[in-house]
Amino acid sequence: MEKQWEEMTSDEKQETLFQRWISAEGVKFASPEAERLYKERTTRFKNALQLKTLPDRIPVFLIPSLAPAYYAGLTPHDVMYNYEKITPTWKKFYMDFQPDAHGGAFVPSPGKFLEIVDFKLYKWPGHGVSKETTYQCIEGEYMKADEYDFFIHNVLYFFNNVWPSRVFGALEPLGMLPHLAGVTEMYGVSLPFIPYGTPPVQAALKALMEAGNEAVKWIGAAGAFGMEIIAEGFPAYQVGVTKAPFDVIGDTLRGTKGIMMDMYRQPDKLIAAMEVLMPTFIKLGVDSAKQYGCPLIFMPLHKGADGFLSDEQFKKFYWPTFRDIILGLVDEGVVPFIWAEGGYNSRLEVIQDLPKGKTAWLFDQTDMARAKKTIGKVACIAGNMPMDMLTVGSTQKAIDYTKRLIDVCGKDGGYILANGAFFDEVKWDNLRAIVDTVKKFGVYK
Amino acid sequence: MAKDLVNTLADLKEQEVIKIVKDRLSADEDPLKIMEDARKGMEIVGKRFADSEYFIPDLVYSGEILKTVTELVKPKLATTTESKKLGKIVFGTVAGDIHDIGKDIVVFMLDVNGFEVHDLGVDVPVQKFVDKIKETGAPIVGLSGFLALAFDSMKETVDAMKAAGLRDKVKVMIGGGQMSDEIKNYTGADAYGKDAMAGVALAKKWIGAS
Repeated sequence: MEKQWEEMTSDEKQETLFQRWISAEGVKFASPEAERLYKERTTRFKNALQLKTLPDRIPVFLIPSLAPAYYAGLTPHDVMYNYEKITPTWKKFYMDFQPDAHGGAFVPSPGKFLEIVDFKLYKWPGHGVSKETTYQCIEGEYMKADEYDFFIHNVLYFFNNVWPSRVFGALEPLGMLPHLAGVTEMYGVSLPFIPYGTPPVQAALKALMEAGNEAVKWIGAAGAFGMEIIAEGFPAYQVGVTKAPFDVIGDTLRGTKGIMMDMYRQPDKLIAAMEVLMPTFIKLGVDSAKQYGCPLIFMPLHKGADGFLSDEQFKKFYWPTFRDIILGLVDEGVVPFIWAEGGYNSRLEVIQDLPKGKTAWLFDQTDMARAKKTIGKVACIAGNMPMDMLTVGSTQKAIDYTKRLIDVCGKDGGYILANGAFFDEVKWDNLRAIVDTVKKFGVYK
Repeated sequence: MAKDLVNTLADLKEQEVIKIVKDRLSADEDPLKIMEDARKGMEIVGKRFADSEYFIPDLVYSGEILKTVTELVKPKLATTTESKKLGKIVFGTVAGDIHDIGKDIVVFMLDVNGFEVHDLGVDVPVQKFVDKIKETGAPIVGLSGFLALAFDSMKETVDAMKAAGLRDKVKVMIGGGQMSDEIKNYTGADAYGKDAMAGVALAKKWIGAS
């Protein structure tokens, strides 16, 4: 009899998730050729990631932001407001460039949804920035310096009520809703429900329902991409997202300045809050991986990059809870695909303290030769194709850089060639040349 | 030792700094002398940052401590005296880009190194740069950007300086997220600075102060 999930070791869990990914049960492929490509590609990634078997060649992955829209001659605004354009636009991008996997089509968030909820955390095309450009985050103190105790003891209430009441203008009244823990007797059962009878809360609930309808409309259109593109032989990569606790607090709760002040003024509370986040952010990754049958979970890193923290600060504040999240994911067979944005040169020695063949690290501006010699011994490394090579460099330069990456990082497997940072409008010939160069020169004999 | 404002600030001991400043104010000390010590303390912070002894959180925290000191001292300041500046610099994040963390750090470092920085903020229209250069006569311009869209905004800003007949009067540096020498050539700027200290070094070189 097959082992139950709970009885498996982490190795067995990882293998099970990989096999589910490779077998693509229930998928109707467009052709036998598409099915063959799909199996080839997923196996290629698996071998690059596990560091056990040499892949047939270096996998190549392009991770666009809104590039598919620009490639199709559309603006970011077009795809954020006309959901039906998303699937054909994203599909054309992958069909034309033929990388080894796709990263989903969820970058264009639904514009109308954002308007209904009055999202304050970002400016988006046509709403604070021009229709032709990408969305941008607005940092702020969405959690105040004196709210750590409340946060630590009421983390889910904070995320469900307090935080949304601050980042979604239309949901502001949610901040006044009491939790229902006090409802234990017949006496007073209706008291916490009184706010629901007030006009502001009812307006917020109405906005939530409208927003829900819009989100359903959007997923119907954008979600079709996943089905259509897998049928063409492209596996889905990184189906869910989770983050390092330091970034969760620094990005969208306290802001960069806020968290840096907290490191001095209330370090113990900051650390306690990060510890509180761990189970939630492990579960986030594990649930997505199991639900979609893909072991890879995306983890974008921000504020632990070179320069942002000293070595001591990184080791004290950033790494411990981040590492525990990685290990929590690894225990459940998940392979965190960690995107180290910016430079990570000063962190390479610290981050190698991880089990072998369980993680992948995508680097943006890190010295790849050093990465290969350090973290590359225990993890698959990826990335580093620089933004200037994609946007202003000559095609020949992009080809030369690709060849250099193949030489420096590709030796003995354990490398995925990819861009270092999300990209929008680039030189399409360069993109094509990069993929072609990997397919030609990245083959293992 | 506990009374040494310069070093206490340089060591980022917020509570001690506040106590020293309050004590000195209630002893009726010249507020300008307190501010001068605070400035010296910030100079040491800047130097430690340049030597990779301090990092961004330390810099940000020192700025907060300085703000508190200034707020304490301000009511007692009869007049403000301008210390002599090394030179003027017009600085901003280019059009379309709203990122400010990197820009603020460079502006801060230029400021503690004695430059008079005219910070235009983020998403700065091309014309605003041109107008400010004309108004201040600043010989140095700093263009910041985090996103790839800033490549073109920077190029347009440099082109506008050319069109306004200002290009040979100013030196232009770029910096931020995805910038490089390749991008420097593309935009027509004079130099790319990898970090805040590189920006300060460039500015000093350009005005002949180093």
